[in-house]
Amino acid sequence: MSHHDHHEAAHELSWIQKYVFSVDHKVIGIQYTITALIFLFFGFCLMMMMRWQLAFPGEPLPVIGNLFSDSTMPGGVMLPDFYNSLGAMHGTIMVFLGVVPLSVGGFGNYLVPLQIGAPDMAFPKLNAASYWSYFIGGVTMLSSFFVPGGAANSGWTSYPPLADIATTGQTIWLFGMVALITSSLLGSVNFIVTVVQLRAKGLSFFRMPFFVWAQFVTSFLLLLAFPPLEAAGVMQLMDRLAGTSFFLPTGLAISGTPMAVSGGGSPILWQHLFWFLAHPEVYVLILPAFGLVTEIIVTNVRRPLYSYRTMIYSVIFLGFTSFIVWAHHMFMTGMGTTISNFFQTTTMIISIPSVILLTVLLLTLWGGSIRYTVPMYFALAFLPMFAIGGLTGLPLGLTASDIHLHDTYYVIGHFHYVVAPGTLFALFGGIYHWYPKVTGRMMNRALGKIHFWISFIAINGIFMPMFIQGIAGVSRRLAIPNIYEHAQAVQGTNVFMSCSAWLLGIAQFIFIYNFFMSLKTGEKVTSDNPWDATTLEWLAPTPPPHGNFSKEPHVYRGPYEYSVPGEKQDFSPQFVA
Amino acid sequence: MEPITYGWGLPPNLSVHGPAIDHLIIVIHWFMAALFVGWGAFFIYCLIRFRKRPGHSAVYESTHSKLPKLLEVGVALFEVFLLVGLSYPIWSKYKNQPPAEDQAVSVRVVAQQFAWNIHYPGQDGKFGKSDPKMISGGNPLGLDLNDPAARDDIVTINQLHVPVHKPVIVHISSSDVIHGFNIPVMRVKQDAIPGMSIPVWFEATQTGQFDIACAQLCGNGHSMMRGYLTVDTPEAFNAWVADQEQQLQPPPIAPAPAAPAPVTPGSEG
Amino acid sequence: MSAEIKYIDEPHPVSGLTNSKLGIWLFIASEIMLFGGLFSSYILLRVGSAEWPRGASVLNVPLATFNTIVLITSSVTMVMAWASLMKNQFNKYRFFMAMTILLALVFLVVKGFEYHAKFEHEHYPSTSVFYALYFTLTGLHGIHILGGVVVNSYFLFPGTKLWKTNPKQFAGRVECAGLYWHFVDLVWIFLFPVLYLL
Repeated sequence: MSHHDHHEAAHELSWIQKYVFSVDHKVIGIQYTITALIFLFFGFCLMMMMRWQLAFPGEPLPVIGNLFSDSTMPGGVMLPDFYNSLGAMHGTIMVFLGVVPLSVGGFGNYLVPLQIGAPDMAFPKLNAASYWSYFIGGVTMLSSFFVPGGAANSGWTSYPPLADIATTGQTIWLFGMVALITSSLLGSVNFIVTVVQLRAKGLSFFRMPFFVWAQFVTSFLLLLAFPPLEAAGVMQLMDRLAGTSFFLPTGLAISGTPMAVSGGGSPILWQHLFWFLAHPEVYVLILPAFGLVTEIIVTNVRRPLYSYRTMIYSVIFLGFTSFIVWAHHMFMTGMGTTISNFFQTTTMIISIPSVILLTVLLLTLWGGSIRYTVPMYFALAFLPMFAIGGLTGLPLGLTASDIHLHDTYYVIGHFHYVVAPGTLFALFGGIYHWYPKVTGRMMNRALGKIHFWISFIAINGIFMPMFIQGIAGVSRRLAIPNIYEHAQAVQGTNVFMSCSAWLLGIAQFIFIYNFFMSLKTGEKVTSDNPWDATTLEWLAPTPPPHGNFSKEPHVYRGPYEYSVPGEKQDFSPQFVA
Repeated sequence: MEPITYGWGLPPNLSVHGPAIDHLIIVIHWFMAALFVGWGAFFIYCLIRFRKRPGHSAVYESTHSKLPKLLEVGVALFEVFLLVGLSYPIWSKYKNQPPAEDQAVSVRVVAQQFAWNIHYPGQDGKFGKSDPKMISGGNPLGLDLNDPAARDDIVTINQLHVPVHKPVIVHISSSDVIHGFNIPVMRVKQDAIPGMSIPVWFEATQTGQFDIACAQLCGNGHSMMRGYLTVDTPEAFNAWVADQEQQLQPPPIAPAPAAPAPVTPGSEG
Repeated sequence: MSAEIKYIDEPHPVSGLTNSKLGIWLFIASEIMLFGGLFSSYILLRVGSAEWPRGASVLNVPLATFNTIVLITSSVTMVMAWASLMKNQFNKYRFFMAMTILLALVFLVVKGFEYHAKFEHEHYPSTSVFYALYFTLTGLHGIHILGGVVVNSYFLFPGTKLWKTNPKQFAGRVECAGLYWHFVDLVWIFLFPVLYLL
């Protein structure tokens, strides 16, 4: 076809077209990955600063504290407003600029077309637009640190009326979110169309790798859950810029002065719209990680999944159900018993498919021949960590026990176990696992294992004590942690947690070193399929060229045919007849 | 009165409805522990037994036993029990069967940045009308002093006094942003939402002074928004009320507050 | 293998759709959620409010009725434009596409007059929650109309180059723009009674 001729000239593209404004899904995937890793580290730095204030409240932060202005850390002592900014931005950056862009934008972009045997995403230009929209959103968010009043400081949840009356940083936060939402929408449309339309011959839906399924369901969640938040964001912008009262009830008085607004709005409306997004968003954070872990575990256990179909049905069910549990974040807003009983019931129901996913992966280990590679370390650690994160959701999902635990550190511990030693470990595992495909070299194993063990111990050191604090009743988001008596009793744990956090920070330098040095000195892979895996990305040349495959791939079997009786090798790739 | 101490577990419970909540929390944690230990034992056993080693190879067929399915059903059934047997009844009883107003001490709590305004109805048992337009520095509730019902009302800041062994109904609201009214030892937590008045109740079983904490991020003073709950003997409580009544001077009719610049969204520094 | 993406102009044998047509349907699904979120907010705010003006008593119903007719007509001309492409009548396509854009502009101008009248009576978004919703909903809808005008103008002028090289793909694109345009009209069909009549 003549109008495709320009593709043949791909090698003549300038450096900028090839590596900066590229429309190749692999380059975009790498751009997403690098940008998201930087944001993750930055978001973590914000937290490491907060951990100083929590461990040693009111004491000047040595050395680093002096670098900040008087409006944030006079004399190195953190002001509550700055603490709140750090908290809000830590949450925002980790969720919207770190984990989701890394798992969906990075891994999703790089792997989905490869795993389904497609030459690229369905809409390459849209894909690039999605990355750049994300980039603009990220820069917008960061710029808010430099406006008067600092960055958004009303929590990543931005509850009005607090967020309505907050400083300019909140407006910038909202504009940043609009860019990020746009990026997500473009990305999710692209993923769904790619998966539906561009699967290789023979690759039926029930032969797709679980990771592709996870991305597919995730894309639907992004597509349908984000727009209501966009609506809410528009309304909050109107409240802040046009003086409307969408989220402001009649009769507000700030600092003893009646507010000059019409009133008549509802603060609860924001919470409904926000959590309608943000609960599915939790599954957006966890499902791609589950996909990565599944790929890594199956490859290294050398046997098929215990039950592939059960996992697929569970993930679809999870996707649907995630839209009807949102109000369990709002049990303390005074809702009636009928509504709260509905939501605690759906919350218990949604725990079942999560338990099933975990159980299937555990049972897959039975009868395997486990290779302890570095990615396998991370993938295996994901299982108990996700289990802790999931189980601690139970007392929060039941209204009666939530009375005591709501808005305490128990909540923080719960969702961090899901997202930090859960999702982030899966993402680290993914980087170690697919690094040889992207670069043609292995990452250093010894450094990888050191990175794993220090991270594993340190990350538990941060989050495990949060349950103790939560049970003791310590509220979250306290800039000064030890005012209340019940909080003083557990203040000692804060020092331990902060030290763990800093240790975790130091351990990441091992990863950063390994990541860059292996580009030059890593052991070269001798085959396109160094892990003896079965899915299509291992058929592509290393690194995959523009267009991905040397010839159009054909799929002959399911994704995880390992140790098939009677076969010479212990793996039967999808692409071998 | 025994002195209470705080430690690493649940804070001491001094309310009548609290033991049910604590019981639920403890039951769930045993359930979680049992599941985690079970999974963990299986997990570690697999990691060791099925490690790659010479002479060992993986098995293609899954060993399908009924156990995982039974376990799954068991988990589901236990969750049903948690819901129907524990959480629904505790929550419904607490939310739907509050004590009668006439047998309880009724209090309004209006949160603001960063204090708890405690409003007692006084001897007439009626809360005076309040109007947000009348809110000023000296009148944080906007109490309409022209209303006869308001004249005997007691208003304190951060000091909630209640008698022991008598139900207390607290009508929680806020005049600015969302706060979280939280008394850990009474197992009471309720968002204070502007534009809404939401009742919660508790009955203290022991005298003493305890913390009221804010549970919901409400601005830069969130961590310092500490209130005090004083649980008194009935006699001491009555004496405190009488003392407060006495301090009430017939207040001058509040003049319209000198109009400071009205607060508009986005303008607060 | 060249980086050739399939189903750009041919429908997929199983889904029966081209990539862009599936894409536009998904996009519309997300748009439904966007306006759905706003309509839900409308219901929640209205139910929770003490007083609510009847739309007809504060808004200009005849003007909005006129605008409704304008938009419905533009949907018809949009279909005619696409149908002309299918019949290979490119000049007719140009005429109908121009008509569609013109009608959209008429809608926006009328809307502008409506806004102007509101401002003259000192009715702003900050006046009440009703006006806040009125301006936000119609404003967001107006931005969608404007987006449609931009896209349709592209297909009227520079985009027509594709017609010469790949008429099928061009017709497919115009069809997608049409689907979007019908959706935007449909939103108005909901907005009109909700804001002006109820």
